[in-house]
Amino acid sequence: MNEIENAVAASPNEEFTDKPESIWRSMWDSLKQNRAAMVSLVFILLLVAIAVITSAFPQVLPHNPYEQSLTKTLLPPNSEYWFGTDQLGRDIFSRILIGTRVSLAVGVIAVAISLTFGIIFGSIAGYFGGKVDTVIMRIMDIMLSIPSILLAIAFMAALGQGIDKAVIAISLVAIPEYARIVRGEILSVKENDYVQAAKVVGNKDGRIIFHHILPNVLSSIIVRATLGISSAILDASALGFLGLGVQPPQAEWGDMLGRARNYIFQAPYTLIFPGLAISLTVLAFNLLGDGLRDALDPKSRQN
Amino acid sequence: MSDEVLLDVQHLKKYFTVSKNFFGKTTSVLKAVDDVSFQIKKGEAFGLVGESGCGKSTIGKMIVGLYTPTAGKIIYNGIDLTSLPRKERRQYCKDIQLIFQDPYASLNPRMTVGDIIAEPIIINHLRPKNEVEKRVNELLNCVGLSSNYRNRYPYEFSGGQRQRIGIARALAVEPKLIVCDEPVSALDVSIQAQVLNLLESLKSEFGLTYLFIAHGLSVVKHISDRVGVMYLGKLMEIAPKNELYHNPLNPYTQALLSAIPSIDPTKRRHRIELKGDVPSPIDPPEGCRFCSRCFKEADKCKKFNSELKEVSKNHFVACSLFDGEGERNKHLQNL
Repeated sequence: MNEIENAVAASPNEEFTDKPESIWRSMWDSLKQNRAAMVSLVFILLLVAIAVITSAFPQVLPHNPYEQSLTKTLLPPNSEYWFGTDQLGRDIFSRILIGTRVSLAVGVIAVAISLTFGIIFGSIAGYFGGKVDTVIMRIMDIMLSIPSILLAIAFMAALGQGIDKAVIAISLVAIPEYARIVRGEILSVKENDYVQAAKVVGNKDGRIIFHHILPNVLSSIIVRATLGISSAILDASALGFLGLGVQPPQAEWGDMLGRARNYIFQAPYTLIFPGLAISLTVLAFNLLGDGLRDALDPKSRQN
Repeated sequence: MSDEVLLDVQHLKKYFTVSKNFFGKTTSVLKAVDDVSFQIKKGEAFGLVGESGCGKSTIGKMIVGLYTPTAGKIIYNGIDLTSLPRKERRQYCKDIQLIFQDPYASLNPRMTVGDIIAEPIIINHLRPKNEVEKRVNELLNCVGLSSNYRNRYPYEFSGGQRQRIGIARALAVEPKLIVCDEPVSALDVSIQAQVLNLLESLKSEFGLTYLFIAHGLSVVKHISDRVGVMYLGKLMEIAPKNELYHNPLNPYTQALLSAIPSIDPTKRRHRIELKGDVPSPIDPPEGCRFCSRCFKEADKCKKFNSELKEVSKNHFVACSLFDGEGERNKHLQNL
């Protein structure tokens, strides 16, 4: 016994004197190297700031986003109305800024809801397997076989109009995707020795899933969720374009596009700016998601 | 070692379904473990050897409850574990622990060493909360690691150190029986000796009983009191260590022992070379499992599978050469 201790003590490892580098820390280090991801991150933080400030202090907006003026309809961009005015004479710039809150909230909340259910269903299916797995995954397959926007419209038809209903519809539609990813990841991790070891020492199934399996598959789920925010924003815009999202006069990017489409030749700026807002936001989330995936994948890590 | 039987394995079987037809009916099975019986006495180290795929790890996993046996009983301290429902079965996790083969796969990479060792103590309510840390330090010292390593992650350790962590985790629940599933086969030879010595000293320190699974007879020779030899899902021979090494009776054991390399040139012995490969456990030979490769093959081996019989005290052999007393003597004369 003593000689063993001595043997270990005789081979000290100098690195052990430092604090260990956590996985998140090294992920952040490697994310910092990725310029596109960092620019996207800054852009997203800016959007969050805009969303918070404009809803807390609407007076910072250059114009009241809801105030109509029939004498000033469809004005091109000018020094007073930076992005021009829409068909009802409202300032497009102010409406885009105030619409940030809705779009971001829709993206984040929809992903949070679908991720929660996706993790629950995917974990149960992947961990227990067998009949439970078959039943859950066949239901998910059926949902996946219907075009998502069509399914969302169907849910909207059942639930009624409104942005809150749109969020529910978008998250319901996205559940199968997350469930599939989570299930796949769990299948690949659950046969690991450390999961078996957790069973042997007497862990209950729930604890094994949440303490031993999910932390080890979290990275790929985070990446997918970041990418999912952008598709939720797009879905919300599509529903808004179809007139199923926010109720007038509330501003939402997709809804602005939809209502302005009759003026596309007459006043293209009424579409360009909300369209740009959607595209840039979606692009930022996609680039950040890609960056996160690279940062979390040890094989593509540069150090 | 006492005479009290701690673990009694009776006619244990594990069949894996390989393929099913369209209607979900099983069409082919892999007989990983096929009717295996043995007993482990309190305080002994029982070695289980055999080549890869002979089912020795499957037995270990059934004993700790990772696999459900197809048939047979696992009687621990007089209680048949296979008949217990899942919840009650979990109670016995505390008593029977497993040390894994691959120290790189058996530790959760997202947990610190301290958390890995503390978890079994916490979930089984073995210590009040404020004493858990003390106990973790104790366990780390027990396996020859510094308690300063508590906040490190597994990837910062070498294979031997990781295996020590795995041993500490198994000890955390204060088990009575530890199934060591090839605990040193993934380690360097120099580290192997350290870990084996550690296991031995822990055994006497805590009065543990081991089921020691290995694929090499030399490792088993070091640590076991009795040894069981497996081939293709069946036990071929069980004997006390010295008896087995000096007087192997089953032809398979003889072939296995003759394959151990010796560094002493004067002691070089005749090596028995077996023909062919191990048959597939999906379609094992009828009769004796070893008959297709046996160098003493008799005609009746192809049809008749003989059970383990005690041919001398504590020495069990499953071989038709020992079925009749007369034939046994004939065989012994030939040796």
